Amino acid sequence: MSRLQPAKGKLLLKGARCVDPQAGLDVLADILITDGSIAAVDTAIDAPDAEILEVGGRVVVPGPVDLHVHLREPGQEYKETIESGTRAAAHGGWTGVGVMANTHPVVDDGAQVRSVLNKADATGLVRVYVYGALTRGLRGEQLAEMADMVAAGAVGFSDDGHGIQNPLMMRRALQYALVFDKVVLAHAEDEKLADGGVVNEGLVSTRLGLPGQPALAEELAVRRDIALARLTGARLHICHVSTAGAVAAIREAKAAGDVAVTAEATPHHLFLNEDALDVRYNTNLKMAPPLRSEADRVAVLEAFLDGTIDALASDHAPHAPQEKELEFELAQFGTVGLETALPLVLGELVAAERLSWSDFVQRVAVAPRRILGLEPVSLAAGSVADLTVFDPAAKTKVTKDWLVGKSKNSAFLGWGVRGLATEVIVGGQRVLKEGCVVV
Amino acid sequence: MAGIASKHLIRIEDLTVDEIYSVLENAATFKEINTRTIKKLPTLRGRTIINMFLEPSTRTRSSFELAEKRLSADSLNFSASSSATVKGESLLDTAETFDAMKIDMVIVRHRYGGSPWILAEAMDAHIINGGDGIHQHPTQTLLDLFTIQEAKGRIAGLTVGIVGDIYHSRVAGSLAPALKMMGARPICIAPPSYQPDVPEALGAEVSHSLDEALPDLDVVYLLRIQGERAQGLSVPSLREYATVYGMNQWRMDNLMKPDAIIMHPGPMNRGVEITPEVIADSRSLVLDQVNAGVAVRMAVMYQMLGGEGDVATAAR
Repeated sequence: MSRLQPAKGKLLLKGARCVDPQAGLDVLADILITDGSIAAVDTAIDAPDAEILEVGGRVVVPGPVDLHVHLREPGQEYKETIESGTRAAAHGGWTGVGVMANTHPVVDDGAQVRSVLNKADATGLVRVYVYGALTRGLRGEQLAEMADMVAAGAVGFSDDGHGIQNPLMMRRALQYALVFDKVVLAHAEDEKLADGGVVNEGLVSTRLGLPGQPALAEELAVRRDIALARLTGARLHICHVSTAGAVAAIREAKAAGDVAVTAEATPHHLFLNEDALDVRYNTNLKMAPPLRSEADRVAVLEAFLDGTIDALASDHAPHAPQEKELEFELAQFGTVGLETALPLVLGELVAAERLSWSDFVQRVAVAPRRILGLEPVSLAAGSVADLTVFDPAAKTKVTKDWLVGKSKNSAFLGWGVRGLATEVIVGGQRVLKEGCVVV
Repeated sequence: MAGIASKHLIRIEDLTVDEIYSVLENAATFKEINTRTIKKLPTLRGRTIINMFLEPSTRTRSSFELAEKRLSADSLNFSASSSATVKGESLLDTAETFDAMKIDMVIVRHRYGGSPWILAEAMDAHIINGGDGIHQHPTQTLLDLFTIQEAKGRIAGLTVGIVGDIYHSRVAGSLAPALKMMGARPICIAPPSYQPDVPEALGAEVSHSLDEALPDLDVVYLLRIQGERAQGLSVPSLREYATVYGMNQWRMDNLMKPDAIIMHPGPMNRGVEITPEVIADSRSLVLDQVNAGVAVRMAVMYQMLGGEGDVATAAR
C-alpha cells in the first residue's frame, strides 16, 4: 500500500500567512484542505468537522521541490535510501524531490524508473520525481531508451555526475529528448580542461597543494550546451551553476531569448567560497563543481536573486564516513543538503530582506515545477494540497544529530540557521508535524 | 633550548621566522657533531618515532632515519601503498592504530596533499610532513635554507630562482613561501604550464625565461623534471626543456653571477635540468644539501620533542 495517500477528511490551517505569487497572495488567511486538495483559501473559514492546525502567523507556501537530489537507492543504501532521503526532504521542508539516475544500477530504462517509483510509493514521505539517464550506463556513448522511461514515468533526463563530453552525443541526446518534450538537466563540466582537479583552480589550490580545476571548465561546457540547445530547440537546464562565467553565459542566452534554458544554484555555491577550505582539508567541502572564488559566489548569488538562476536545488549527495574520512583527493565529491537548503536561504536571504517571500516561492516551488513540466501547485481552491509551513523565527544549529538523513556529510555542520519548516503536507497528508518527521 | 610552538610541522608556515633561525642554529651544532667519530647523542632516548613512508623515498627517509638514530630515538619504518583501496586500510585507521601504540612522533610521506592532517587530527603524536603530494616538504626547505645561509652568509635580500615543474613540486611549495618569510625574493622560472595556479600565493614572482632571470639570481634552485610530465602536454620533450631551462656550462659561464650557488633537491636528471659539468662545479651544493639534511632534521626533531638539555651541552 502506498505510503503517501490523498488524505481523506478535512484539515484546516488557521491563521496562515499565505504566500503564493501564482495566486498573487500574501495575506493572512485560513486554508481548508479536503481529501488531499485545497478546498478554500479565505479569511475565517469555519469547518467544524475539520482537524485544526493553528498556524499562528507562520508562513504557508506551495510545497518546495528540490530539483537535484541523489537518493542512492538502488545500490548504495548504506549512504541513503528513498525512505531516509525523503524523510530528510520532509525535515528540510520539501514536498517533492527530483532524483538523479546515477544509482547502481543506473536508471537508464523503464524497468528501473518503475522500480524507483514503486519503492518511492511504498516508502517515500514526499513525492519522488525520477530522471532517467540520457545515455546508457551514464557512459556518454549510446542514447538511453527515453520512450521506455517516459512511459514508466520519468520527468526529465540527466547524466548528472559526469557531463556528456562528446558534443555529438550531447546534440543527439538533446534532439531525442525533444521528442518527449522533456527537460535535459546538464552537469556542465569539461573534464579534459578540469583535468582531475578536486578544488577550484586559484589561490586555494596553490596554497593547499591540491589539483585545481579552472572555472572555465564549467563555463565552456555551459556555453557548448546552450549552443546545442539553440541548435536543437531542446529544453536545457543547467545544474549547480558555480561560476561567474556560467552565469554570464546563461544571462546572455536568456537575453537573446532564442533558447529554452533554465538554471539552478546550490546553497553551498550561494553561501560558501573556496576560502572555507583551510589547512584542515575538510572533505565535506569537496564537491563537484568545487567551491569557487568569492567573485564567482557573488555572481551566482546575484543571478539567483534576480532570477537569472531560476531555482534552488540542494544537489544532496550523501556519503558514508569511510568515503569522506580520507585523503582529500581520495574522498568522494558531495555534501548533503536537503535539510539545510531552505533554512539557509530563509535565514541568509529572506530574513536579510535580499529575497522576498514571493521570490523565495518562485525559486523553490514555482520554477522547479515549471522546469520539470509538472502540474503547478498553488494556494488556491482546486490545487493539490502540497504545502509547507515555515517558522521564520525558528532557529537551530546544524549538527549531525539534527540531521535525520542517513549520511551526515554536510558542508554546513556548525552553522546556525534561522527559518525552519514546521509542517509539511503532501496531498493533504501531514508528513512533518511541529518540525518532526511523521514516522 | 628554543622549542617550536606548533605541535606539528606540516607547512613551513607552521614555523615562525625566529624558529626557523633557531633550527638553523641548532643544525650547525648537529652538523659539527656529525663530523665526529661517534655521532650518537642520547637526547631522544626512549622516544618512539615512526617513519611512515607511503610513497617511495630514498634520501628523505634515509636522512630521517639517520637523524633518529643519532639522537638515540627508537624508530620503526612503515611503508605501504598510499591508496586506501589498494592497502585495504584507510589512513585514518592506520593513524588510530599507531596512536594506540603511544608514538611520540610520525614522519609522513604521502602521495596526496594535506594527508598529514589526518594523522595530526587522529593522533597524539607530533607530525612532521616528509612531503605530501604537490603541497609541501618543509624539512627539505629547512635544509635548503641552511645550505643557502652557510654558503651566502644570509638569506634575506637574496634573489632565488626556482626552476622547473613548480606546479607539481612540493619542494617549491615550501621553499618559495619560506624565502618570502625570510626576506628573500623567490622567482618561479618555468613555462606557464609548469607554473603554480597562483604563484603569488607562494609569495613568488614569475619568469618564463631562465636566460633573462639568471643574471639576477644569487641562488639557482633546479627542480627534478619527471619524464612522464614532459611528454608533450606541458613541455614538448625533455630535450627541448634542457635547451630552454636546463642549467649548463654556457649559462653558468655567461649568464650566472660568478658567486651564485646552484642547488637541487635530488634526485637529479643529469643532462636534463642540470648537466654533469654544472654538478661538478664548486658552486653546485647538492651534496652540501644532503649533508645538511641530517643535521637539520636532528634539530627539528630535537626542538619539537624537547630533548634533554640544550644542544650546546649535549655537544660538549
